[in-house]
Amino acid sequence: MASHATVLRHHFENGEQQKEASSLGMWVFLLTELMFFGGMFMAYLAYRQAYPDSFAAASSKLNVTLGMCNTLVLIGSSLTMALAVRCAAAGSGKKLVVLFLILTLLLGGVFLGIKAKEYHDKWIHHEVPGANFHPEDWPKNVDMSHASLYFGLYFGMTGLHASHMVIGVGLLLFLIIRANQGAYTPEWHTPVEMVGLYWHFVDIVWIFLFPLLYLIDPNFGRQ
Amino acid sequence: MLTATRAPERPSSYLTDGYGLKSWLLTSDHKRIAILYLISITFFFFIGGIFAALIRLELATPAGDLLESDVYNKMFTMHGIVMIFFFLIPSIPATLGNFLIPEMIGAKDLAFPRINLLSWYIYVFGGIFVVYVLLTGGVDTGWTFYTPFSTSYSNTKVMAAAVGIFIAGFSSILTGLNFIVTIHRMRAPGLSWFRLPLFVWAHYATSMIQILGTPVVAVTILLVAMERGLHIGIFDPALGGDPVLFQHLFWFYSHPAVYIMILPSMGVISEIISTFTRRRPFGYTFIAFSSVAIAVFGFLVWGHHLFVSSQSVYAGMVFSILSYVVAIPSAIKVFNWTATMYKGSVELSTPMLYAIGFIGLFTIGGLTGLFLACLGMDVHLTDTYFVVAHFHYVMVGGAIMGYLAGLHFWWPKMTGRMYPVLWSKIAGVIIFLGFNLTFFPQFILGFLGMPRRYHVYPPEFQVYNVLSSAGATVLGLGYLIPFIYFMWSLKYGKPAGPNPWGATGLEWQIPSPPPTENFEVTPVVTVEAYEYHAQEVVEVG
Repeated sequence: MASHATVLRHHFENGEQQKEASSLGMWVFLLTELMFFGGMFMAYLAYRQAYPDSFAAASSKLNVTLGMCNTLVLIGSSLTMALAVRCAAAGSGKKLVVLFLILTLLLGGVFLGIKAKEYHDKWIHHEVPGANFHPEDWPKNVDMSHASLYFGLYFGMTGLHASHMVIGVGLLLFLIIRANQGAYTPEWHTPVEMVGLYWHFVDIVWIFLFPLLYLIDPNFGRQ
Repeated sequence: MLTATRAPERPSSYLTDGYGLKSWLLTSDHKRIAILYLISITFFFFIGGIFAALIRLELATPAGDLLESDVYNKMFTMHGIVMIFFFLIPSIPATLGNFLIPEMIGAKDLAFPRINLLSWYIYVFGGIFVVYVLLTGGVDTGWTFYTPFSTSYSNTKVMAAAVGIFIAGFSSILTGLNFIVTIHRMRAPGLSWFRLPLFVWAHYATSMIQILGTPVVAVTILLVAMERGLHIGIFDPALGGDPVLFQHLFWFYSHPAVYIMILPSMGVISEIISTFTRRRPFGYTFIAFSSVAIAVFGFLVWGHHLFVSSQSVYAGMVFSILSYVVAIPSAIKVFNWTATMYKGSVELSTPMLYAIGFIGLFTIGGLTGLFLACLGMDVHLTDTYFVVAHFHYVMVGGAIMGYLAGLHFWWPKMTGRMYPVLWSKIAGVIIFLGFNLTFFPQFILGFLGMPRRYHVYPPEFQVYNVLSSAGATVLGLGYLIPFIYFMWSLKYGKPAGPNPWGATGLEWQIPSPPPTENFEVTPVVTVEAYEYHAQEVVEVG
């Protein structure tokens, strides 16, 4: 395969240096992403600390089953992504790489589909702050402005996460096309590795979002 | 001392490597991107300067006779937004840093040349939003966008301005990311961390703040947009939110952002002081680590902006002490620069004049910061002209002096031409005097109790305001002179040669202006960047 030589950009000494640069660049980018989500997590934690009861009440309106499904789907997609990277590195043939990338893409699609269903349910129950917020059959003692704050942060955080998923799906599409053309070799498959890192990062964000948002007290008010 | 091999005929430089507009707008050469940035930030510098001129003109008399109060609010807001986000933050890193870091470390380019170009386009895209805001009525929240005014009450172009800043932030992140990876992975063989020029260390520390701080202000802007656009109460108490949270998130970025502006200047000053005293910088490792220390401690002091914003007294005490701690690495730098000059062969060249000016002005700016870090004192001085004077001493007296010092130092390298020496020294003196006349009276005004952000004031303050406005006129003139002779030098300046200052850094071992690939052969470095008394320095080729 000649692709190893052709993808070395002129300002690098060798492929090793180029690969290390890409990898470090991705980690630095993920650090930036961490701080980006971090600001919103901070806001969430501050308000959850300030209004624990309203947050618990609002949180109990989320569908834990769907949230749990999505968590499993994402963990599964991390596995298929890791397998795609592994196959690309081991030279197991482009068919396997493409297969695992497509599986990752499908699982990402399932996640977004379930997420859309959840958003739709919130809209039906009038629990979308700003645009459509007048929920019914809630306990009388819940402060509605604080519950609205919870849902504002819920949509902000999961929306930011979902937008990262959409970008990830786009990147996967690109990888699938390139992998199918045989662009990735055991010597050079940096894009697969980099998208892999990104995909795992987005998964990890969800691993924190799920308990923080869904599991405050799922049985609130039902005892 | 110079062992660089030079081709017999004049090598084609990065400036002659293609002439069309396309060769500039689609370039991936870090030097050309630096020039693109230089032109863009100069544009915004003069825009911001026009607002400053209008502010000082209004304040020449106690009555509000030139601008109405809401127009005045827009003037100081636009001045702040343009100067901070579109001039100061990109100033040294995106121009001098972009141009010089690959040359200083013996690389052909930054690690990600196309991302570098992308960062410029992102910057311009953000800039277009701000120009749109300027042309359609401005924004009046102050550059700090404090809630709930910015989210619920202001009826100016808050969203467009916020989007512009949000976008420009990503350009800053990408520059920082590129520098970190470049400094880690692209150094020439033999160029260990403690042989690096201090300019590179300063940029490394700056980049850390850019990649860790900027995303936080981005998400803060996102939350403001959610509240303003969708009426989700995050910061407005009427909607269940807390405005103090905004201040915490905003200053978590915006205080470290001050160090994004000043650290690169400190890097410039370290290079210049060393070159024009013909000495290795005194306490090299201390200066290097003090940059990193400033970046780290800079993240732990944001609460000193909230001393009067309902923050607990105990939090205030901790933030007060930590703010004092930042003074230590800053003082280490100042002491080491002066110690470098002590018994050195000091040459008062133009860059050196600016650098010495920087040391004086930064010292005043830094020490008055300690007044403001003191809890009791700050209650008296909060939101007065004392604060305005303090941060202008740091950002204009410090950051812009450093930027001009660097521009005068590396202009011959970047363009291959020398500017008129006498004029440049005259300009330096005019800027220094004009600056002090503008901002020193503001310390007194603030101490006497004149609040910032008002367009009318009691008549007894007029004398200081007239002094300040007169100084601003001198300062404005001072900034025009370099602009004119730099332009003049492009055509008429005499060729500078590869190393007009007799400096030892790697960037001086290649032709001026440098060829596109910087180094024909990757240099092998055997000594540190400041070998002023060694026989053999660097083997190039």
